[in-house]
Amino acid sequence: MNVIDTSRPPERAAAKVADFKPSLLLSENHHLCPGCGEPVAIRLILEVIQELNLTQNNVCILGHGCYGSFIMQMDVDSTLCLHGRGPAVATGMKRMRPDVAIWTLQGDGDMASEGLAEIMHTAARGENITCFMLNNGVFGDTGGQMTAASVVGQRTKNTIEGRDAAYHGNPIKVAEILANMDGTAYVARGSVHNAASINATRKLIRKAFLRPMHGHGLALMEILTMCPTGWFVPPGQGAEYMMESLGKVYGLGELKDVASETETVNP
Amino acid sequence: MSKMRLLDGSEAIAEAAIMAGMKFYAGYPIAPATELLEYFAAKLPTAGGVCINADTEIEAVNMALGAAQVGARAATGSCGQGLALKQEAIAEAALNETPLVVFNMARNQQDYFQATRGGGWGDYHTVTLAPKDLHEAVEHTHLAFHIADKYRVPVIFMGDNLIARTQMGTSLPVPELDPLPPKDWALDGKMGGTGKSRWIWTFGGGKAGNPGLGPDGYWRQIAEKFEHIARQEMRHEQGFCEDAETVVVAFGSGGKYVEYVVRELCEEGYKVGYFRPITLWPFPGPALEAATRNARNIFVFELNAGQMIQDVMLSVEGRHRIKSIGGVSFDDSGLNIGPMMDARIIRERILAQLNGEPIRQLPISGMGAYL
Repeated sequence: MNVIDTSRPPERAAAKVADFKPSLLLSENHHLCPGCGEPVAIRLILEVIQELNLTQNNVCILGHGCYGSFIMQMDVDSTLCLHGRGPAVATGMKRMRPDVAIWTLQGDGDMASEGLAEIMHTAARGENITCFMLNNGVFGDTGGQMTAASVVGQRTKNTIEGRDAAYHGNPIKVAEILANMDGTAYVARGSVHNAASINATRKLIRKAFLRPMHGHGLALMEILTMCPTGWFVPPGQGAEYMMESLGKVYGLGELKDVASETETVNP
Repeated sequence: MSKMRLLDGSEAIAEAAIMAGMKFYAGYPIAPATELLEYFAAKLPTAGGVCINADTEIEAVNMALGAAQVGARAATGSCGQGLALKQEAIAEAALNETPLVVFNMARNQQDYFQATRGGGWGDYHTVTLAPKDLHEAVEHTHLAFHIADKYRVPVIFMGDNLIARTQMGTSLPVPELDPLPPKDWALDGKMGGTGKSRWIWTFGGGKAGNPGLGPDGYWRQIAEKFEHIARQEMRHEQGFCEDAETVVVAFGSGGKYVEYVVRELCEEGYKVGYFRPITLWPFPGPALEAATRNARNIFVFELNAGQMIQDVMLSVEGRHRIKSIGGVSFDDSGLNIGPMMDARIIRERILAQLNGEPIRQLPISGMGAYL
């Protein structure tokens, strides 16, 4: 195995050897922090949209969080809506354009904190839309404060000694709630902490788009994403920290699927 | 000519909205906007549209925003109490250029500030149409959707309890309006992957490679648009103002009552005129200034503690004796307009003010049936 010798400067400058940019990303540049999991999750979503041939038949509704800046990067018809209201906006869109894949891109702050009413009522109505919750357990955009999804014991800027259930309350598990509601077709939780989880999550995202397209109801796809900045850990330790904190509370895998495997084909 | 029908205002507005091509309505029950929701729930699906009984006022307005952003004519509605909850989304529609109609079936006239000053953040205004009766309400319903589409702005339709719940004969005429530009900005989902995908975003950021103006430039552009709308869309009605020594200003249903009283006083030889702003924003200030050029007195009748009177004062620059002859007026009847919306009382108040006599205070309605 070749190991890069880091004891001295490289003999030649780093060079781009291949284009790894999904075609639905307008730019590889973004403003998110080193070690952030959100660009990985968004890349997966865009790749699945292309795989399913939804490129020219989808609208994205972005909520408020770091991922919101990807409205500029994604070559997709998009709006950036009010904090937490994505599923309501998506409802109006889907009812007027039932043939278009409508999906929301939200964080745990956007969905579990500000927008819990919207996601629950939209799920109960069984709207045929796909909702993504990128869950890092903090308000990353504002610098790492507690959300409704922060786990007990988690240090954030406003739970500096760790989230105390007796004082700050308990985390809300949106996916578990929605899996128990009539109206949802598909509920799954993925992660992007290593190559295996990224591959597994891609398969879940695929189903999360297909179930609503086939009229089965709402799909909630939660993806655990690293936020080393908001967790106060070095970028390289984000993945490990995530699986030791959020990963212990939020189990990975499918929580609900009303359709059969045979329907996992292109619409 | 289509057949005359006896309809209450809510049904007439619902019919007019559907005739105007409205395809989406989301609402939450609240008197006196409940009937509007009920009519839409009954009629919209058969007209190829969707009416959703939303779970909050906030959800309702955001659903309508989404429907409008994909190109449909969409509306939400409530009374001032519900519009208070919708303010953030109304501001959002103004700042991200989404055409949206908001029906305010107001309980009386205390929502003037809410409509014309707005409760959301940012530099914006909401075009506000205040019909005086069912006939004008039908016309304004068409006009509200037209103005919303023409400028990509939210428009508030300021009805009231009296309009919503009073029956009148109407043939539901459709006004002739100018053709509108195509909605090529709408998010139909078809531009993904072309490098020209569309965006609707309050901060005006655009896309990488084709960035927008950014908030600074975008909001300046929107401010200029509202200045343009202010010049273009002022509407008013006036009568007997040419040689009037006194002009009475009132809006909505109140304007219709004042028109009746002023007509009566003119027949008796009083030099009184009336002026009714039809658009509360943009307030027809230049027209009011012209109509009151020869007058000494301006009396403002509104069922609130004095809201529109501020716009009157701003318009005429202190040359007149400006007095309020309205006031808070609310009751527990089905109409909520209180004791003041009465031609005899309006007449008494105009004459008292003309003669320099104190205005008689009306008895407080109390809790009545609420108890």
